[in-house]
Amino acid sequence: MDLTTFLIQCLNAVQYGLLLFLVASGLTLIFGIMGVINLAHGSFYMIGAYMAFALAPLFGDQFVLQLFAGVLLAAVLGFVLEWVFYSYLYQRDHLQQVLMTYALILVFEECRSILFGNDVHGITLPPWLSGGIPLGGMMTYPLYNLFASGLCLLLAAGLYVVIHRTRLGMMIRAGSSNRDMARGLGIPVRLLYRLVFAAGVALAALAGMVAAPSTSIYPGMGGHILIICFVVVVIGGIGSIWGALVAALLVGFVDTFGKVFFAQFSGLSVYLLMAVILIWRPQGLFGKAS
Amino acid sequence: MTSPAPMLEASHLQRHFGGLRAVDDASLTLRVGELHALIGTNGAGKSTLINLLSGELPLSSGSLSLNGQEISRWSQAQRARAGIGRSYQRSTLFEAFSVWENCRLAAQAAAQRPWQLWQSARHCAHSSARADAALLATGLSALADRSAGLLSHGQKRQLEIAMCIATEPRVLLLDEPLAGMGAEETERMLALLMQLKQAHALLLVEHDMDAVFRIADRITVMVNGQVIACDTPEKIRAHPAVRLAYLGQDHD
Amino acid sequence: MTSRTLPILMTVLIAALLAVLPALLSPYQQDLAVRIMIYAIFALSLGLLVGKTGLVSMGHAAFFGIGAYVTVLASPEYEAGSLLVMVPLALLAAGAYALVVGALCLRTRGVYFIMVTLAFAQMAYFIFHDTAIAGGSDGIFLNVKPVLMIADHTLLDFAEAKTLYYFVAGALLSCFLLLALIHRSRFGHALAGIRSNEQRMRAAGFQTYWYKLAAFVIAAVLAGLAGMLIAVKNGSVNPEMLSWHESGAVLMMIILGGLGTLRGAVLGAVAFILLKELFASEALMGQLAVHWQLTLGITMIVFVAFLPNGLIGLAKWPKLTRRAGAATPSAIKSAS
Repeated sequence: MDLTTFLIQCLNAVQYGLLLFLVASGLTLIFGIMGVINLAHGSFYMIGAYMAFALAPLFGDQFVLQLFAGVLLAAVLGFVLEWVFYSYLYQRDHLQQVLMTYALILVFEECRSILFGNDVHGITLPPWLSGGIPLGGMMTYPLYNLFASGLCLLLAAGLYVVIHRTRLGMMIRAGSSNRDMARGLGIPVRLLYRLVFAAGVALAALAGMVAAPSTSIYPGMGGHILIICFVVVVIGGIGSIWGALVAALLVGFVDTFGKVFFAQFSGLSVYLLMAVILIWRPQGLFGKAS
Repeated sequence: MTSPAPMLEASHLQRHFGGLRAVDDASLTLRVGELHALIGTNGAGKSTLINLLSGELPLSSGSLSLNGQEISRWSQAQRARAGIGRSYQRSTLFEAFSVWENCRLAAQAAAQRPWQLWQSARHCAHSSARADAALLATGLSALADRSAGLLSHGQKRQLEIAMCIATEPRVLLLDEPLAGMGAEETERMLALLMQLKQAHALLLVEHDMDAVFRIADRITVMVNGQVIACDTPEKIRAHPAVRLAYLGQDHD
Repeated sequence: MTSRTLPILMTVLIAALLAVLPALLSPYQQDLAVRIMIYAIFALSLGLLVGKTGLVSMGHAAFFGIGAYVTVLASPEYEAGSLLVMVPLALLAAGAYALVVGALCLRTRGVYFIMVTLAFAQMAYFIFHDTAIAGGSDGIFLNVKPVLMIADHTLLDFAEAKTLYYFVAGALLSCFLLLALIHRSRFGHALAGIRSNEQRMRAAGFQTYWYKLAAFVIAAVLAGLAGMLIAVKNGSVNPEMLSWHESGAVLMMIILGGLGTLRGAVLGAVAFILLKELFASEALMGQLAVHWQLTLGITMIVFVAFLPNGLIGLAKWPKLTRRAGAATPSAIKSAS
C-alpha cells in the first residue's frame, strides 16, 4: 500500500469514526444519565438521513441551512418523544426497555416505509461541496468527506465544552450520578432529561444527515449503525463520552483497514476487536470496574 | 485462660481507591467463642473492611488466612464454601421465595450437585435439614412458608442471619444486624448472637453502642481507615484516643 | 383435584389435542401448527435464559440460525441426509458457539450483556451473509428432506408432512419436560436464585458464572434444535434467521406469554405467530395488512406497558414452577 492510499484510508477511518462518535455519544449519554437502553437510537440516525432526503428539494443548494433545519426538527422530535414515551421507561427494568424501544423501531420502520417507500435514495451535493482535493498526484479525496469530518470534530469539541465547562454540563453530570440529590438541589431534572434526550436524538439525526450523501439512504441503515454503536459503547465504556470517542475512532480504523486487508471477513473485524476488549477489560476502556 | 486458636487472621490489610486509603494497615483476629465488634465513625472504613474479609473487594495488599489456610486471593464464593458467612446491612434476600426456600437455597451451596437434574431441589435432604435447623435457631420456623418479601423489617433481619448460618460457616461477618430494630427484637437478636458465638467466630459491625458494650468480648475501633485500638470493652471505654475520636461527650 | 395434578392434567390434555390435530386441519393450517410448535421450542429455550436466570439476551437467534445452517450444510446435495448425523451436529454447533460467546458475554453485566449478545449474533449473521461458506444473502436449499434410518430401515421420512408434524410435537413435548425437570432441580433453583439476587448467591458460596454459562449453552442447544427443525420444515435457510429482528421477535414472544413459566413461553409463541398472521392478513385487516409491522409494534408497546406479566398473568393458571420459582414474574434485575 503506498502512502497516498494509506492516507486516504486513514482519512476514511477518521471520518467513519467521528460519525460513529456522534451517534454513540447520544446513546451513551442517554444511558449514562437516564439509565435507559434505547434500541431505537439507530432509527434516529435513519430519520436524520430520510429527513435530509425530504428537505433537499426545499433547501436546494443551501446545505448548511438544511442541516440546521434538520437538527432543529430532530431536537423537537426528541423532546416530544421523551415527553410522551421515554419518560415512562425510566422506572422500568432493562427487559421492558429493550422490548418497548424495539417495538418502537418497528413503528419507525413502517412509518418510513409508508412515507418514503423501500427504495434506496441518494442525495446530490451542492456544487461547493462536490469537488475533490488532489492527493499525491493521481488521486483526489472528496471534499465532502473532509467537510463531514470537520463538522463532526467541531461537534465533538462543542460537546466536551458543554459537558465539562458549562453549568448545564455540571447539572447533567450531577443528574447522572444522583437524581434525587440533584432534584433536591433545585436542578430541574425532568426538563434536563428532556433536553439531554433531545440533544441525543439531534446528534444521531445529524450524523444521519451528514452520512446520507456518502452512504446513500436505505432501509435497515438504522439497525446497522445501532449495532456498531453498541460495540463502540462496550469498547469505550458506558457513560463515558471520552471512551466513546476513543472507541469510535478505534472501530473506524479497524473496520476501514479490515476491509482493505480481509475483504470477505471484514465485517467480523470489529466484533473480534470487541471480543479482545471483553477478555482484557470487560468494563470497557474507560468504564468503571463493576 | 488461653484463648482459642485464631480462626480468621487479617494482617496489614490495605485497600486503595485511587488516592483514597479506605482501609489502611488494618489487622484483626477472630476466634471461635469470641464476639469481636468493629466500631467506628461513618466513613471509617468498616464496610470496606468487611468487604475485604468476605471477598467482595480485592485486597490492595496484606494477607488473610482462615484456620491457617491462606485465602487472600480467594473469591467470595470460595471463601463462603470454606466457612465464611456474611450478612448484609441492607437485607439481601430472595424476596420472591418463601422463608424456608431462602435458607434451603443458601444451604444448597454446600452440596450443589447441579448435574443431578432428576432430583427435585425441595427433596434435597442435605439443604432441607440445614434450612430447618437455621429457621429453628433464629425462631422463624412458624414463618417458613411466608414469602420473604412480606416479612416485617425485624423478621427480614432475622432471615438474613438464618441464611448466613444455613451454610454452617465457622466465621460470621455480621454487618449491622440490629439496624432498624425495636427494643424487643434487639433483645432477641442479642440472645441469638450470644448463642451463636459459642460455636462460631463472630465479627459484628454495629452502631448500637449499648448492645456492643454488652455482648462484645473484644472491640476494634476504626477511624479514617485505620485501627486505633483493639482491646476488651472496659479498656476501650477508658481509651483516650477512642473517647476523643468516637465516643465523644453525647454518649453514656 | 389438587393444584398439583391440574397442570399435569392440562399438559396431558394438550398433548392429546396435538395428537389428533392433523386430522382436523387443512395442509396450510397444519404447516402453521408446525411452525408454531417450532417457535414454541425456540421461545422455551430463551425462557430458560431470560425468564429463569434473568439474563436478557438480544442475540438468541444466532443459535437458531446456526442450528438451521449446520443442518442444511450437513445434508448431502441430492439425497436424504441422516437425522442421526444432522441432529447431533446442529446441536453441537449451536452449543459450541454458545460456549465461546457465552464465556465472553458473561464477563459483562446488565446493559453491557444485552449489547454484546446482540453484537456476537450480528457477527454470526455476517459470517453467513458475507462469506462464501453458505450461499451468502440468498441462503441455501435443502433439496431432500432427511430421514431417520437404522440398519437400512427407514423409520422416519420427513418428506411426509405428517411425520414432521409428529416429530416436532414430540420434540416440543420433550423440551417441555426437560425444562420442567430443570426448573424443579437444584440447578434450576440455583438459576432462579441468581435471577433473584446474584449477590446473595455468591455470598452463600455459588460460583454464579458457571451456572450462567451452563444456562446459556443449554438454551442455545435447544434453540439449535428449533433451528434444525425449521430448516427441515422450510427446506431452506437464509441469513435473516440470525438477524436481530428474529432475536427481537422471540423476546417479544416470551414477554407476551409471560416470563418465568414454561407455559407462558409456549403461549407466547402461539399468540405472537397468530397475531402476526392476523395483522398480515388482508382479509381481516384490509389496507393495513401490508403494514403489519406498525400494528404489531404498537400492540407490543401497549402490551408491555400495561400487561408486563404477560398473558399467563391474565389467565392466572397454576404454574408448573411453584413457590421456589418467582411467584409472579417480577422485574428482572439485569444486575448492573
